[in-house]
Amino acid sequence: MYSVVLSDAEKTFIWDGVEVNLRNDGRKRNDYRPMELETDVVTHASGSARLRLANTDILVGVKAEIDVPSSETPTIGKIEFFIDCSANATPTFEGRGGEDLASEISSALQKAYDILPLNDLCIVPNLSCWKLYVDILILECGGNLYDAVSLAVKSALFNTQIPKVKAKYIDGVNVDLQLSDDLFECWKLDVSKAPCLVTLCKIGEFFVVDPTVEEEACSNGSIVVSVTHKGSITSIFKIGEGSFHRNAICEAIKFAGVIGCELNETLKLSLEKEESLGSQRERYGFLK
Amino acid sequence: MAENICISLAVQRVSSSVPPRGQLCKLFSPGEIIFPQSDFMRGHGTYPEDDVLKASVAGVMEQIGRLISIKPLKSRYNGEVGDVVVGRILEVTQKRWKVDTNSRLDSILLLSSVNLPGGELRRRSAEDEQMMRKYLIEGDLISAEVQSIYADGSLSLHTRSFTYGKLSQGILIKVCPALIKRSKTHFHNLPCGASIILGKNGFVWISPTTADSNSSGGFAQNLDQKVGKADREVIARLRNCVLALATNKIPLYSTSILHAFEESEKYLVSELLNPESMLDIAILTQHKIQMTEDL
Repeated sequence: MYSVVLSDAEKTFIWDGVEVNLRNDGRKRNDYRPMELETDVVTHASGSARLRLANTDILVGVKAEIDVPSSETPTIGKIEFFIDCSANATPTFEGRGGEDLASEISSALQKAYDILPLNDLCIVPNLSCWKLYVDILILECGGNLYDAVSLAVKSALFNTQIPKVKAKYIDGVNVDLQLSDDLFECWKLDVSKAPCLVTLCKIGEFFVVDPTVEEEACSNGSIVVSVTHKGSITSIFKIGEGSFHRNAICEAIKFAGVIGCELNETLKLSLEKEESLGSQRERYGFLK
Repeated sequence: MAENICISLAVQRVSSSVPPRGQLCKLFSPGEIIFPQSDFMRGHGTYPEDDVLKASVAGVMEQIGRLISIKPLKSRYNGEVGDVVVGRILEVTQKRWKVDTNSRLDSILLLSSVNLPGGELRRRSAEDEQMMRKYLIEGDLISAEVQSIYADGSLSLHTRSFTYGKLSQGILIKVCPALIKRSKTHFHNLPCGASIILGKNGFVWISPTTADSNSSGGFAQNLDQKVGKADREVIARLRNCVLALATNKIPLYSTSILHAFEESEKYLVSELLNPESMLDIAILTQHKIQMTEDL
């Protein structure tokens, strides 16, 4: 896990700052740092997005492929998350260093996305469906990875274009699909119901959103809550070794519900705004 | 809409570069021929190939007599004797502390080059060695001066003055070392109510101004003292101003920081995190510096 070492005095400074609701960078406890989003940055992927939150830099690519649905859920498609922690982000990710964190985040996403209806991804019940491979690349760590990753994933899924199936020939268990020849004849997945993760970092007696790396070093536990656009909670889990009082958890969930709604709403507005610019807009990517 | 969450789009991105003033230096890129002749001495950042001198790093040329060197624009900290630095203790070992000063190798602070609490100079005994962790442990921040440079390029630091020593409550900011302008003093008590240490290694320390800064040789750390909200706001604003200047590549020294602080008054502290307001402050600061220089 990436982290920084702080002196006791620096920690005290951060603790006291959270207590008076004025954090080191002037934010209040419920403020996020400004984010920057761009979708459709990877040309070869079905959908992609890049999100930068202060120093946290996430690139997500989505690839749609045809697969066989699992026997328990024959009428829905599949989605799979894969995280790559680049050693560019921090030297501790070198070799197998980032694997623990990667599996932690991917299982968190898998759980949170359980509720997303994937019926649209079914092509032929029992025989054929779309499988979305969501590849997440962590390029830089500046704290609050979970929120940033979930926002980037949601944006990339929003941007994903899945080809239309023109004809299906079913012969027993063999399915022959004919996809549209026109590259632009695609449909988009409805991700309005997809959740966002909200990390609440407990520092002293208070919860803060969007912790920086320094703030994460001061806390001994965070609660990550996945919240949908309507404020319903789809999963909760804890990171770090600390423990929480049950009242604190109730309070955290309520708080996360409110924040999560706003987060989903803000993201939706940004995505719609970018979409309204049309497909001919200039791509910025990592330059400039 | 809630104003505490803001997701901007890449198309709205502002380029973080203030238009330069004065004449521009020629920039060399790696592999570029510096001089077609070979009768020059080869300095840092250069290499000879086919009888010509070429740049091995991206940067500007420095010529001292016949010695040609290329100074990289962005690099780790290259220490020079007498520089004020801010560093973080990484390791406590036999008779020395290892310190992270953003240089290529860990710097070393010898037990014999600190002022021990209690004052006067004396031989360091075995007890002192056992007590090392009492003075400085892993994670602690110190301000120090570069005493000498070892043959391998690592730095030896000293804190043998009351101005140096362990740092107490405050905020550390890391910027590019090239942005810190060398000046007479790197310790400033700014009139806005905070102290700032501009480490030549690119580590900037902002802390509340305390009345008695020379209590016990710089090893005191007052953890019970709570910094008030007003002081905090000043510190947070300074932090954001320093970052705004650093991202827009404006040299950091007391005047530029104070100008930036004055210009930032029209924004809320948290608004200073937006790239637009950061650029605005950088441009206004540069303008102000130019005005005062022209006078």
